[in-house]
Amino acid sequence: MGESGLSSTTWAIEAYGLAKSFGNTRALAGIDLKVRKGDHLTVFGPNGAGKTTLIKLLSTLTKPSGGSALLDGLDIREAPGQIRSRLGVVSHSTFLYNNLTVSENLRFYGRMYGVTNLEQRIREVISQVQLESRLHDQVGTLSRGMKQRVAIARAVLHDPLIMLLDEPDTGLDPHAIMMMRDVLEPFTSGERTVVMTTHNLERGIEFADQVVILHEGRVAYQASGQEIDTASFRETYDRCIGMSI
Amino acid sequence: MKGLFTGVFAIFWKDILSELRTKEIATSVLVFALLVVVIFNFAFESGADTIGLVAPGILWVAFAFAGMLGLNRAFATEKENSSLEGLMLCPVERHVIYLGKLAGSFTFMLIVEAIITPIFLVLFNLPVCMPRLGIIIVLATLGFTSVGTLFSALSANTKARDIMLPILFLPIIVPVMIAAVKATGLVLDGGTWGDISTWLQIIIAFDVIFLVVSLLVFEFVIEE
Repeated sequence: MGESGLSSTTWAIEAYGLAKSFGNTRALAGIDLKVRKGDHLTVFGPNGAGKTTLIKLLSTLTKPSGGSALLDGLDIREAPGQIRSRLGVVSHSTFLYNNLTVSENLRFYGRMYGVTNLEQRIREVISQVQLESRLHDQVGTLSRGMKQRVAIARAVLHDPLIMLLDEPDTGLDPHAIMMMRDVLEPFTSGERTVVMTTHNLERGIEFADQVVILHEGRVAYQASGQEIDTASFRETYDRCIGMSI
Repeated sequence: MKGLFTGVFAIFWKDILSELRTKEIATSVLVFALLVVVIFNFAFESGADTIGLVAPGILWVAFAFAGMLGLNRAFATEKENSSLEGLMLCPVERHVIYLGKLAGSFTFMLIVEAIITPIFLVLFNLPVCMPRLGIIIVLATLGFTSVGTLFSALSANTKARDIMLPILFLPIIVPVMIAAVKATGLVLDGGTWGDISTWLQIIIAFDVIFLVVSLLVFEFVIEE
């Protein structure tokens, strides 16, 4: 924590001994992480490794049992509201209301985030996710892939500094996954810091500046930039999660 | 303060829009309340001496059980597509979510009561214009929904939420229900403001205490 004041200008995300327990079950057993502003971190791991718990902690949806984390220099315990205004979260759940239209959903979230020029912003993001023609349709009538694109529009409506993507392509068919990658691309480029959890090793590696493999709540592997051995990553992953190779 | 009102209104308006589209809560609550009033009307002959004794109870039984149906749905809609998580990710204090949901539940219940009460008064041969009854209904409904919204959020996270809400909620609202029934009885017997003032004070005290307590504990109820 001593270096947090200095590092807050460089690091978008810092975690020090971040831990989370649910009763006697330890979901995260004290992990350390640092992500530079503008970098992309991919978090891999089998089911139950702690990926979603990490996203929930970073997004202030749940409080840590131990350790600390800073997002854009702000402590998740002390300034959760300020952190939430800097975050865009896309999960396998869309957080959308099926009975409302696409525009009503976006208008609702826009108001909650205090977005200025809301109508213009809605037009911009809906055009970026290529769903202008469905703007006035109820979300319940859209396909799973379309809903996920609306969820992306919802997440970027307030132009967040950091995006957290928790297995965003779960439940999508291959075509919808390709479509979503194309749609996500402009939102995850540039200065925006992105943390993505996924089971898809190829996609995750292609996306990342930094990778982490979580296993049983611990960081089993961590590498960044040139250190990432893309050729043998599958073997590294299998070894880290205890699978025979 | 502006953010508070914007957030509360956004949630309230979202719930109104959603309800206008589905009519899920209004239909079930209204039909249930109407059935209770009509069935009791057949059970107790209108104009009989006993009416003054049982009518307030009939009215509040109808409101309480119908209201519980509506409150059961209040947070159930937020669980679909994990929308509650979406709400909790918004940069607003947790009590903004509580107040927004409360505003929706309070409005829905008042609308149902505004329809049921005149029907009840006509069926039981009672005078239709009763401003004092209106005040009792508004104040008791505020207490009812302020506790109900909190417990709706609590029970939404349980598997047996349809059963959990009445079990948790009914014992808590006993004071406001007793006060509302007693005050309603006095009004139906032609009581004055002075006659009902003690019961109104109890209802107001209940409203204030449970509104403040609910605002304070809501954060802990919806997190984890």
